[in-house]
This record gives sequence, C-alpha cells and structure tokens, in this order.
Amino acid sequence: MTIDPAILFGTPTPRVDGVAKVTGAARYGSDEPLASPAFACLVTSDIARGRITGFDLGAAKAVPGVLDILTHDTVGNQVKTPPGPDGGPTPTTLESDRIWHDGQIIAIVVANTFEAATEAVSRVRVSTVSEPPTASFDSPGTEVKAVAAARNGSAPKEDQTAKKAAADAAFAVAPVKVDARYATPPQHHNPMELFTTTCSWDGPKLTIYEPSQFMWGLKSAVARQLGIDPSDVRTVSRFVGGAFGSRGNVTSRTAWVALAAKRLGRPIKLVPTRAQGFTIATFRAETRQHVRLSATADGKLTSVFHEGWEVSSRPSSYKVAGNKATSRLYAAPSIATAVNVVHADRATPGFMRAPAETPYMFALESAMDELSYMLNMDPIELRRVNDTQTDPVSGLSFSSRLLMPCFDQAAEKFGWKQRNPKPGSMQDGAWLVGYGCATSFYPNNIGPAAARISLMASGRANVAMAAHELGTGAYTTIAITAAHALGLKVVDVAVQLGDSDLPPVPAAGGSNNAASTTHAVVKACEEVRRRLAEAAVAAEDSPFHGADPATLTLVEGRLQNANGQSEPLSRAVPRTGGRLEVYAENLPAGLPASAMAQLYDGRAMMSRGDSRKDVTAYAFGAHCVEVRVHSLTREIRVPRVVSAFASGHIINPTTARSQYMGGIIWGISSALHEATEVDPASARLINTNLADYMVPVNADIPSIEIIMVPEDDRRVNPLGVKGIGEIGIVGMNAAVANAVFHATGKRLRELPLRAEHLL
Amino acid sequence: MRPFSYARAPDLSQAVRLGQHTGQGQTDAPVQFLAGGTTLYDLMKLDVMVPEHVIDLTPLRGGHASITPSADGLRLGAFARMAQVAAHPVVRADYPVLAESLQLAASAQIRNMATLGGNVLQRTRCTYFRDPSWAACNKRNPGSGCAAVDGFNRNHAVLGTNASCIAQYPGDWAVALMALEAEIDLVGPLGARHLPFASLHRSADKQPHLETNLRPGEVITAFFIPATAYAQRSVYVKVRDRASYEFAIASAAVALEMDGDIVRQVRIGLGGMAYRPWRAHNAETMLTGKPLTDAAAEAAGQAAMEGAVGRGQNDYKIALGRQTIMRALMQAKAMPAPSRKA
Repeated sequence: MTIDPAILFGTPTPRVDGVAKVTGAARYGSDEPLASPAFACLVTSDIARGRITGFDLGAAKAVPGVLDILTHDTVGNQVKTPPGPDGGPTPTTLESDRIWHDGQIIAIVVANTFEAATEAVSRVRVSTVSEPPTASFDSPGTEVKAVAAARNGSAPKEDQTAKKAAADAAFAVAPVKVDARYATPPQHHNPMELFTTTCSWDGPKLTIYEPSQFMWGLKSAVARQLGIDPSDVRTVSRFVGGAFGSRGNVTSRTAWVALAAKRLGRPIKLVPTRAQGFTIATFRAETRQHVRLSATADGKLTSVFHEGWEVSSRPSSYKVAGNKATSRLYAAPSIATAVNVVHADRATPGFMRAPAETPYMFALESAMDELSYMLNMDPIELRRVNDTQTDPVSGLSFSSRLLMPCFDQAAEKFGWKQRNPKPGSMQDGAWLVGYGCATSFYPNNIGPAAARISLMASGRANVAMAAHELGTGAYTTIAITAAHALGLKVVDVAVQLGDSDLPPVPAAGGSNNAASTTHAVVKACEEVRRRLAEAAVAAEDSPFHGADPATLTLVEGRLQNANGQSEPLSRAVPRTGGRLEVYAENLPAGLPASAMAQLYDGRAMMSRGDSRKDVTAYAFGAHCVEVRVHSLTREIRVPRVVSAFASGHIINPTTARSQYMGGIIWGISSALHEATEVDPASARLINTNLADYMVPVNADIPSIEIIMVPEDDRRVNPLGVKGIGEIGIVGMNAAVANAVFHATGKRLRELPLRAEHLL
Repeated sequence: MRPFSYARAPDLSQAVRLGQHTGQGQTDAPVQFLAGGTTLYDLMKLDVMVPEHVIDLTPLRGGHASITPSADGLRLGAFARMAQVAAHPVVRADYPVLAESLQLAASAQIRNMATLGGNVLQRTRCTYFRDPSWAACNKRNPGSGCAAVDGFNRNHAVLGTNASCIAQYPGDWAVALMALEAEIDLVGPLGARHLPFASLHRSADKQPHLETNLRPGEVITAFFIPATAYAQRSVYVKVRDRASYEFAIASAAVALEMDGDIVRQVRIGLGGMAYRPWRAHNAETMLTGKPLTDAAAEAAGQAAMEGAVGRGQNDYKIALGRQTIMRALMQAKAMPAPSRKA
C-alpha cells in the first residue's frame, strides 16, 4: 500500500448523508416502496416453557382483511431453523409446537392492512401446556456447563487447571488481594428502528429489505433456511436505524416472512412492536463473575483469576467469554480464567456493543479499583504500575498501546488532581461527589472485503460495496477514503452501500467495519491510479509519455508527477475507456486465501486483534468520571466525563467523536439505568418497552469531553486504522461504580447502580 | 388496537349524557372519556383498554381551561394543560409545589397535551396491569389475583396497599393537591358536586379495579386550591432513577408555615410509594408547634412511613420515603418566608 494514511484521514467532515437523514429522505428497510404489500404481525408466546396444544383462529380469521395465518400446524418444517449467534443450535419457532422462551414467535398473521393484522393478533387464541420454567441464575432447573473461553465453544486449547493452581498459589501468598463477585443484568439493544422485515418475490428471486449488519450473511443464511440458491436472494438495507450487534446474525422472522410472501404471492411487510423486539432478536445475557487479584505491596499484580457465568437458552452455548480480553490487559505473572454457560428457559443471547468487554471489564476494572484502595494507591497509578507493552497471555508485543498517555491526558483535562482519595470526603451542598476512572480497550479486527470504484472523465467517482451504515457514518468514511485516495473532493464521490448485489464486506461488528472497508477502497483506488498512470505513460499525447507510472499520483482532480506537471482526469480517464471501473478485493495479512471465498458464501472470517500470530492488536482508552449522590435520597447522577482514546488513525473526527460519545453514554446507561427484568416465577420479561426499560435522557448527560490521542500504528494494519465502534462503552460502567464508591464509601458490585443500594 | 366509535361532546351536558356508561372509569367500561389522550391512547394501544365508544371532551376546553387566581385561592379549569399551569407566574410564585410537580412530570410533549383532570386520573404504571398477557391482575380483571405481589415489584407501593393490589399511584400533581388541601368540581348526570380532592381516589379495598369515587358520567370540571401561607412556602421533591421523563420512586410535597423557628402549619403529600395520592397526617401533627430540626424531620419521615409494607424489591421505599420527606422538609425550611400572612 503506497498511499499515506496521513493524506487520507483526519479531516473533520460532516456526514454526507446527514441531510437525507434529518429530512426523512434516507430510506430504511420498511420505507422501501412496494406495490400492494400485505402486512404481517407476530403472535408471540406468553409462557416461557411448554408446548402448544392448539390454536383457535376463528375470531382472528373473521377480522375483515385477514389473508393468512402461519402456525407450526400449517407451515411446520418448511423453513430450517437459523443458526444461533455462535453458529450452533438455537430455539425453534414455527418449526414445532415447542415453546422455549417468553415472547417466542408462535404464529404470523397476514392481512391487507396493518390495523387488521394487529386486531387479528389480539383475537388469536392459543392453548398451551406449560412446564415450570427456569428464569435465571438462582432459579431451580438451570443447567451449568463449564466451557472454554474459545470463541467457538470448542474444547479448551490449553489446560486452565495448571494455570488456576499457579494463580491460587500466587494469590495465597500475596500481601494484598481482592476476592470479589460481581453481577451484570440482561440488557436489550433497543435500536430506534424496529426489527422489520419486508419480503418480495419476483418468480424465483427473493428480495429482503431488512436492517442488517451483514448483507451477504443474511442473504446466504436465509437462502439456506429456505433451501434456495443464494444467488436468487438479494438483501437491501441502505440505512440501518441502529444495530449495536442486534442485527449481526439472521433471526427466525426473516425466512418466515419470505415464506408467507411466497404463499400469498404478494410482498409482505412486517413491523414488529417494540415489546417484540425484546424477544425475537438477541440480547446481552446477565452475568455473574468472580475476580481474584493479588499484588505486591507496591501494587504489582502477582495473579489474576477471572471466572464468568453467562445465561443462555436451553439449546445454545453462545457466550461472550470476556475474560479472554480482560486476562491480557495488565502484566501479571499468573493468569487463569474460566467460563460457564448457564442454560435457562430464555431466548438465545447475542452480540451487544462490546459484547465481551462491557460486562467483563465491569468486574475487572471494579476489582482494580478495590485493589487501589487496599494499596492506598491512586487508581491511575495502579494501572501505570501494571502497564505493559507485551500481551501477558500470548507473550506477543502489542501493535501499539498508549494506555497511560490516555490516562494522563484524560486526568489532566478532568482535574483528577483535585480528587481527595478518601471515600466520602468530597461534597457540594447536599450532593456527595465522587471521581472514578477505568481502563477501556478493544481488539482491532479486520476482515476481507471487496469494493467497486468507477471513475468518470468528469472527475466524479462512484464507490459501491455492501457495507453497512448503522448510524456510524460509514457513507462518509468511505467517501472520505475514496476522495482522498483519488485526489477528489468528498462531494465528488457517490457511495452506494447496503445491498447484497454490491461487492461483499464482513459483518459490521467487532469494530472491524472502518478497517475492512477502507483497505478495500484504498486497494481499488490504487488500481485506478495504476491504470490511469499506465495508460498515460503509454500515450504519446500525454505529458507523462514514457515516464515511470509509479511516479504519478492523483491530486486535485488531476494526474500529476513529482515535478508538478499534470493533466486533468478529463484527458486521463478516456484513455482507459469510457469510464474506469475497478473491482478490488482486500485480504488482510494473516488470513488464508479461502477467507475471501468464504465471504462470498456469507461467512466472515476475521483477523482478530486478540488471536494474531504476529502482534496483539488493541485500541486503548481511559475514562474519568464525576458522579454525584444525594446525601439524603441517594440518586446517582453523572455530571461530567472526560475520556481519552488512542485508536490509530481517525478517519473522520466528526463522526468519531459522536461514536465515542455514544459508547460513553451507553456505558453510563449500563451503569445506572439499563436492566431487563425477568419475572422469577414465569421467566417472562417485565419491562419490554422504552418507558420501563430505562435509558438516559438528555438531562442525564450534561458534559462529555473526548480526547483523541494521536497514534500512528502500521503494525495493526497498513492504514493504521483501529475500530472505534465499541471502545467508548468499555469500562465506563466500572468507572461510574468506582466513582460511586469514592463518593459514598460503598462498593456496589451489581449493575445497575441504584438509589436503594446506597440508602 | 380494536375498532371503536368516536364522538365529540360539544358541551358539558352532552358530555354527561354521552358518558352515562363510563361506569366508574374502570378499564373495562365500554365508554371512555378522552381529554388529552396521553393515558387512554397508550392503554388502548396496549390492549389494556378496549372501549367500544370514545367520547372526546376536547370542546370543553373552551369553557373549562382557565387559570383564575384570587385572594381566596386558585381556580383551575380541569381542561387546562399541564404545561400551561406549570408556566403560570402566579402559580409559580404563590403555589410553587403545584408548578414544580407539573414541571417535573412526564415529558414536554406530554405536558403540552395532558389536561389537569386527566392527570389526576392517570392509571398505575404497574407492568402487570399494563400488559394484558398477564392473567393475574385484580385491577384489570377483578378476582384474577395479583402477579406483582410475588413478582417484579421494585416500583410498587408500600403505603395503603393490601394483598389484592400493590400498584402505586404514579402521578405528581395529585401529591401536591393533597398537600394543599385542594377541592374539585364535578358535573354528572345527577348534577354538580364539590368534593375535597382527598376523597376523589378510593383507598385500597377488595376492589382495586375501582380507583375513584367518580359516579358514572361524571366529569371533573375544576380544581380549587385555597390561598394559604404554607402554599407559598412549598416544594416538591421527586426522587427518580433518571434526571427527567421518569416516574418517582418516591416523592414528597411539603407546604410549610413557620413562626420563627417553630412550625405553625405543615402539609405533607407523598407519591411514588403509595396506592393512592397520600397525605402524611401523623407526620404533620408531630411537627406542628415544634422547631423544625433535622431530627424532627427524620422522626416525621419515620412516622409517615409507619404501616408501610414492603414486598421484597420495594422494601427500600420505606427508608427512601423517610429520607425524601426529610429532604423536602429541609428544602421548604430553607425557602424565604412568604409574603402572605396566615
């Protein structure tokens, strides 16, 4: 790669799709205009475990306008169950009479109008035989399985028994130690856009309009479920109204809506309710965690042990195993981990923004804070004492690690020096004041990706790839990359995304999107430059006739050489034909060639920052947060946050700042607000709406300052791009809990933190 | 959502006539009145209320929405919007607890729509009540039981409940009305009547589906709040899980008249923890005629929570209620002495 990332990135740029979004012109999945669609509504179970013994559909079918009702009786096994988020088994829906969890889809009503479908749903009568369900950790009937921390749930690659024994031994003799248990609640993504699906058939060709984080994955998965050729399936999702992991894998609804549309011979649109979004997609499972840290009197860690328990559905072994990450954060001679999946009568959980790190870093970073008080050491200094440039698990070097510069810059801006270390010592009027901090980090992932670029003689370019605009600013980052690589203005680059007819990119998850897409775009732009240059040096009428094509660059709409000689694209492009079109694939280093073929098959193989052979690649950050706790009534508020991140080259500081802030706000939410409540007796979800499932409002988030610490890391990938989608949230919940301890002297180890815990 | 008929009541007499089958406002009454719609539409979308006929009272706004302060007190048309009353300069100056309780409620959008009369009739936020897929709810289906008693009850009431229903009254403004000893005007098929606001809501009994003492067809037309010295020195403290757009987990409306350091009169309304809008009479008695110290405020808070029953997750409200009362008393004490004399 010859293009210097310093040229490509770093210019604050407004969103190219901003006007379309705020004026309603941006088309989300269910906005796509279709001729004469019918409307589907879902019937979901109101028991969590049992069997359906029969339906009484008479009243529902009698509602004027009702066209079809799909149940396990009528459609049964016509659609295969999709794989769970880990590729393994997951609960069935209309395939059988079995009910695995609350809110499972058990019937689909199709009608001429949304209103008729909604009314008919309320008139469906279902008979069930209920079995006593298991709600969560403390319920009777859980099944606990110890599993490996490996992502795919396979047997442990290395024996943790010896490591555990060593950690225990180090712990036993250490002068300072923390031994604590933590808990995090179930949480739901609640993206603004609901979990809609629209399906339309044209002969054998199926088009699916659905918010998705993986266009090519959705296409392949649904084709497999329906038993049709993936080339007959097109998925379209030009804009996604938030995803956060909830749209990474196919869910059961899609293929059923496709089948319903086929039965009816008409397009069908499904817009489920907000409440159904809690049970027809995935969620963040509740965890319990056990952390043991031991240290020398000067704060050096001598052992780290971190065990997690995570709830899953009966059939699925999905887990996040976040201690794979936490175990490599600090230098320690002895590190051991363990993970357990606790099966209950619940839906299968899945990816949710920083899936592994959000819950597990709460425990580790809370424990580090506890250790700092035992050591009587500033918590930032404790991180400094245990900072390392070497991954303590693999022994590999970090590709870059600016953790302490992040802490120092955040602390300086925050005014950390004003902190009186004594808990409960700071007060402002009736409010107790606390300062807390925590580390943030996230692995740098990159996958294979393809892009098609067309350059016109007019100096305008089109970039097309099946990438995903989840609100992150993907249209803009891709436009910036192509414009700067081609020497054009951002406004001269048109970007098409969100359509599986376009070249494939991996699932937009694990913060890989920016790295994966920009490398493919730059590769295509390099090829555009090469072809223009080779045509120019071969042409007698070109000023560059006979020159070395490698010396020519694209600058300000012209092809030019080092002497400043140039010619416009209006002359350079026609030499290659009517327009210049390039299709490029980028296969990141370390991945087998088959990874590219797999991508076309809807499977995204990643180069993961935590399992590379050459380096360990992570982005790092630091949060400093102030909390206020009312001295009498104990409400917790967060007036300000300062966070610093070192995350490689920042493509667009404007949208990066928004993404960091969004993560931080969600971290505050994770600490203080969000919890899905599960009724203990019935295993049903209680607060399946945005009134009772709390998220912060504007008044909860007065001030957030972001510092972007410059970082030029070419070992992570050629462009030095580290993802930023997830890192903002990581550690934030712990920073808030640590600040609450500092304000009150009370250590809260279970989220969310609420007034009642401090009374 | 089910089909229903809709009619506008052009005037009060037509409203009363059309509304004869509203019952006592129970959720399954076939006829429901519509004012701001912020509760009714919500519950209709949730399938909790499935009226056959909706009688729109919006035309009554013309004659029953004015804000009229006088030397005797404050008269408020029941169709005034929450936002309109919260912003009124006289309400803010002479009845701050009223303005604060309205301003801290709901969202700007809801405050712009919701009427005062509808506000005091707001339904509970009990999640089991609000989701008809739960079979057991005595408030929705009399005799079906209560899923909340042994279920998720963090937000439920600790005062004035019994085993048949532990739902809490969710509103704020009614709590302030309790403290200021407000009165209401009603018009119904049998004519007009005038009630102390405190007798509008029913206490817990075996019939939680009946929430008020409204008679069939009765419409609330006005509120009257007497002008008092304690109304001027009044405050609403709302404790909640987030800073805005959230119901109280505990709230206290305190109105205070001091004579030097001595409490001459005090009124305490409680919300976020009681089955109905609540008045802490015994706490008021304890405080009257004595200096308002931290210890006295704490003891009053303790007394106000006597008889409170926790059901597990809401146990904390007993302590939080006490602290909230303390905080409101001390905030009222810190306010400047009012201009109006008793």
